[in-house]
Amino acid sequence: MSTSVSNPSRTSALPRITSPWRSVGAVVCLFWLVMAVIGPWLAPHDVGQVVSDDIFGPLSAQYPLGTDYMGRDMLSRMLVAARYTVGLALVAALLSSMIGTFIALAAAVSPRWLEDGICRLMDALIAIPSKMLALVIVAGFGSSVPLLIITAIIGYAPGAFRIAYSLAASLYTMEYVQVAQTRGESRLYIALREMLPNMLNPVLADLGLRFVFIVLLLSGLSFLGLGVQPPDADLGSLVRENIGGLSQGAAALIAPALAIGTLTVGVNLLIDRISSHRNGR
Amino acid sequence: MTELLHVKNLRVNARGGAGEIEIVRNVSFSLGKGEVLALIGESGSGKTTIALSLLGYARHGCRIAGGEIWVDGTDVLSLDDKTLQQWRGHRIAYIAQSAAAAFNPSKRLLDQVIESALLHGVGSRAELERKAVELFRDLALPNPETIGQRYPHQVSGGQLQRLMAAMALIADPLLVILDEPTTALDVTTQVEVLQTFRDAVKRRNATAVYVSHDLAVVAQMADHIVVLNGGEIREHNRTERILHHADDAYTRSLLGAARPHGKPKAVTRLPAEAEPLLSIKGLIAGYGKPDSLGLPASRILEDIELELRPGQAIGIIGESGSGKSTLARVVAGLLPAARGKVRFRGEELPGQLSQRSAEQFRRIQLVFQNADTALNPMHTVGTLLGRPLKAYFGLTGKAQRQRVLELLDQVRLPHTLIDRKPGALSGGQKQRVNLARALAAKPDLILCDEVTSALDTVVGAAILDLLAELRRELGLAYLFISHDISSVRALCDDVVVMYQGHQVQTGSTSALLEPPAHPYTDLLVRSVPELRQGWLEENRDLARLELPALDDYQDNGELCTFLDRCPKRINGLCNSTAPGRKTLSSGSVTLCHLDEEAMLPLLPVLAQPSAQEPRLYKVNG
Amino acid sequence: MSTHILWLIGRRLAAAVLTLLIVSVVIFAITAILPGDSAQQILGQFATPEQIEALRQQLGLNQPAIVRYLDWFGGLLSGNLGESMTNNMPVTELLQGRLGNTLMLALVTSVVSVPVALLLGITAAIYRGGRLDKCLSTLTLALVAVPEFLVATLAVLIFAVKLRWFSALSYASDVTSPLAFIRTYTLPVMTLCFVIVAQMARMTRAAVVDQLDSSYAEMARLKGLGNLRIALVHALPNAVGPIANAIALSLSYLFGGVVIVETIFNYPGIASLMVDAVTNRDIALVQACTMLFCSGYLLLVLIADVSAILSNPRLRTR
Repeated sequence: MSTSVSNPSRTSALPRITSPWRSVGAVVCLFWLVMAVIGPWLAPHDVGQVVSDDIFGPLSAQYPLGTDYMGRDMLSRMLVAARYTVGLALVAALLSSMIGTFIALAAAVSPRWLEDGICRLMDALIAIPSKMLALVIVAGFGSSVPLLIITAIIGYAPGAFRIAYSLAASLYTMEYVQVAQTRGESRLYIALREMLPNMLNPVLADLGLRFVFIVLLLSGLSFLGLGVQPPDADLGSLVRENIGGLSQGAAALIAPALAIGTLTVGVNLLIDRISSHRNGR
Repeated sequence: MTELLHVKNLRVNARGGAGEIEIVRNVSFSLGKGEVLALIGESGSGKTTIALSLLGYARHGCRIAGGEIWVDGTDVLSLDDKTLQQWRGHRIAYIAQSAAAAFNPSKRLLDQVIESALLHGVGSRAELERKAVELFRDLALPNPETIGQRYPHQVSGGQLQRLMAAMALIADPLLVILDEPTTALDVTTQVEVLQTFRDAVKRRNATAVYVSHDLAVVAQMADHIVVLNGGEIREHNRTERILHHADDAYTRSLLGAARPHGKPKAVTRLPAEAEPLLSIKGLIAGYGKPDSLGLPASRILEDIELELRPGQAIGIIGESGSGKSTLARVVAGLLPAARGKVRFRGEELPGQLSQRSAEQFRRIQLVFQNADTALNPMHTVGTLLGRPLKAYFGLTGKAQRQRVLELLDQVRLPHTLIDRKPGALSGGQKQRVNLARALAAKPDLILCDEVTSALDTVVGAAILDLLAELRRELGLAYLFISHDISSVRALCDDVVVMYQGHQVQTGSTSALLEPPAHPYTDLLVRSVPELRQGWLEENRDLARLELPALDDYQDNGELCTFLDRCPKRINGLCNSTAPGRKTLSSGSVTLCHLDEEAMLPLLPVLAQPSAQEPRLYKVNG
Repeated sequence: MSTHILWLIGRRLAAAVLTLLIVSVVIFAITAILPGDSAQQILGQFATPEQIEALRQQLGLNQPAIVRYLDWFGGLLSGNLGESMTNNMPVTELLQGRLGNTLMLALVTSVVSVPVALLLGITAAIYRGGRLDKCLSTLTLALVAVPEFLVATLAVLIFAVKLRWFSALSYASDVTSPLAFIRTYTLPVMTLCFVIVAQMARMTRAAVVDQLDSSYAEMARLKGLGNLRIALVHALPNAVGPIANAIALSLSYLFGGVVIVETIFNYPGIASLMVDAVTNRDIALVQACTMLFCSGYLLLVLIADVSAILSNPRLRTR
């Protein structure tokens, strides 16, 4: 019978081939998390200090990642910049997910007209490509760290909303929610106790995706010179600063670009691993 | 008789937590040419897995671990992929449970019916199309010439199931596998489909394996029965032998659960003058935007009248789409009524949840069909039962836990389940928890929406017994919604028969089962297969009823909803005026133009005065 | 075509128009109700309050926001997008010169990426669980998260700096021969394609796999059809809706991607114009560019919706 067939998959832990790529994701994520916390203390030189006459210097024992367009130690700059990139994106991703999820829950248990209104507004926000939206906000309000976080939230909370809302809307039609309604439970109780626990897994996976998107958005903005402003720098700013080294293939340009790549790809691999583990595939 | 199918030591494994689990164990049986064998069992018995293995196929996560399947002298399991593809649909054909899902929604029916035969080189497109039309005619499909041009969503469920049979038979296969082909159908449709399947199989002298959980259906179709349980054969014998002299205890328990539950018992009636607990008058409800008169765009319930006294059980019976669940939703407050009054304990029951009082919430409890979706998977049994205790009675801590344990006792569940989540319970246990949650409120009225439909027969029967006991102990009133006549009969005093939103008959359970009755009630009651061979033959009239001719008419929405299927309709009356309510001598109220005389069966019922009293009933007790 | 279909499409169209209206309000709100206003911006910080006041009057900045919004929106409808402050010319003229370039870039990217992505996605779905599928899955999973500027820098480094096949900068006006066309477009298009192809291929695979898991696909297997036929003849027609949606979403991602790509390759399109406008806080230009991109997005989604409706026989033949 078909039911007995589907049972084993629910118990998860199917014997499966563990691809090396999957643990790579976890290692890379852990690495960047640790770097974001302790990186600045590990920096051998001061971030702003010009340490060498050699601009776009090659990799060497003294300057493991070479020197930048002004002759500053690239390793030190990266260690500090990583904290901006990871930290900003983490805060913004957490806030986007939380805000998106709570608006979604509120919409799902709201009266029809309010629910429709919220959805319409979110649809409109989603229709603005997030990079465009970020550009518009920067044009309007300038660029600062709190503003960048708000920008990322306005850009990505609607996406989190869409995921959470589709979950919440289908949960709202579940019979156990109807049972709670006929028990006279409040909307708040239904949203928080009956629905939220059943949304947590997919919402957490989505949080990972938000993080990836936001890293890409913020570093993209910095790359355009519209993100984190000097003297502070995130990894995207480092790419921008050193774009002059492109013609010589400078380490100072490739290192931060690669760093962003490993961070986002690593997180993506990790999410995939976790969610496929959950689905038992 | 030559042997066509021989299954030897078949084993199928499923991947599970720690390695593989055997879900089919050493199954062997054989089948002669032109015979029909039934695989019968409850969910998890492995019957579908075995049926699929006959095609050399195992579902995702499963594999055929060993054994041999000989069909016409070839071991199907030894064939390579290419040859196996040639065999499937050509020599061995399959008819799936839900035709609605098994047809590709975006391709025309005819193309799908002939696709496999065309690919396997059975004939040219023109030949096959001609043959398909013949088969359509054979299977009593309407407009056989043109029905193939339609898409799956344009024909009914019963027709799709017959189209699938045409798809299976078009290549004249050696072996046809029917996997619960009528389970998804309503009972009145099922009888038509069974009739045509049986004729088609007999006429072609086809060899078939029929998978089902329903012994009464199998009794009509099969020469041999294989009883399965937990992936093993419990008993294999000729059909009459199994029905009359089952050797195995498990087989006997299946037979016991499949038989109607005795006579409707005389319930200790409350005095008639007792104030009704629930009374419904002139109820109209539905979905969609209300029109200028405040009536919903799609009306599901029309003019419902109902009175339920304290401690009484009323069954609401009808096919899918009849509006029976909508009625429960209105009473529960999930759907406001558009017209009419619903009164509970003498007070009007507000249509909106937000206007209902805490007492009203407590006194009316709703129990859903599917415990999987009715119990929050993230909560433990303790939380599930504790929450209503806190909400209604303010019970917390020790007192709450004490009461939860009492509730578990009440529904005969062990205390150890208190910390489990629904995922770790069996289907029957979940349904008991579902019931216990309603009991926690100490309600006056429980709305039971198909509470036994998702369960296996034996488990469902146990839930019915529990419901009956609880009613005796606690004096509960039930509104028991079901499509299954025998469970309504086992539990309810009165019955309401619904058809397309109309309440076509209301009366005591015993009156419902005897003529005279509304033509639809009559059809519904007689369509339930009986657990004896030959029933289907005796009731041929159910399938292809010659309907009285009608002149052209305009349906203004007032006419009888059963008009287009009614075998007793009267031209000039039924197609011109709306039917009115009429009280029969049995006390039943019907919504029909016919008088009692005319409601009696068209044909004299053959030697069976009461259609529901099975001959077998006394054979084993 | 039935009236029902027309009604459905009409409803989608109305929804898109409504969304665009809300978008315009949002954009206007962000750009026009800001602390420092454009009068200050134009005159610089040394302007006297009187001068600023005079300019505010002239620009109509003293009117209530709703009046300014209606003014602006009316202008949009009549094709008057305002005056670019930094370039001292009408926004329409500025856009005219560059719109074609960006559309060309988007077109070439679509023409390259859509077939490649569909091919990869469908192939992976057919060989689901096989080695090819696993490789493609991991590869596309990694690629969707790669930032464009990483792809762009590496591409320039390899093809322009090391191999010297293409130029590192792209001037759309250089295109005079097919060879020049390839030289100009290869690197930007390649950069854009990387992420989009990966994204589209993943979504396509998911859409087809979804159909392959359905009962009718199992039925097709049980009546003796081969994998290829099941995927192409049975699953694909039912996956048209989701695939169209995947294409629309991925192509709309392109609008974000061009911002980076046009800047890196110095490509004279609208996106690089917009980045400059943001840097100079040239509000009218920013507003116009954003509205343009959003309309493009909504148009794509609308097309996807309509093709989903048309591909569904349930809606088509009622």
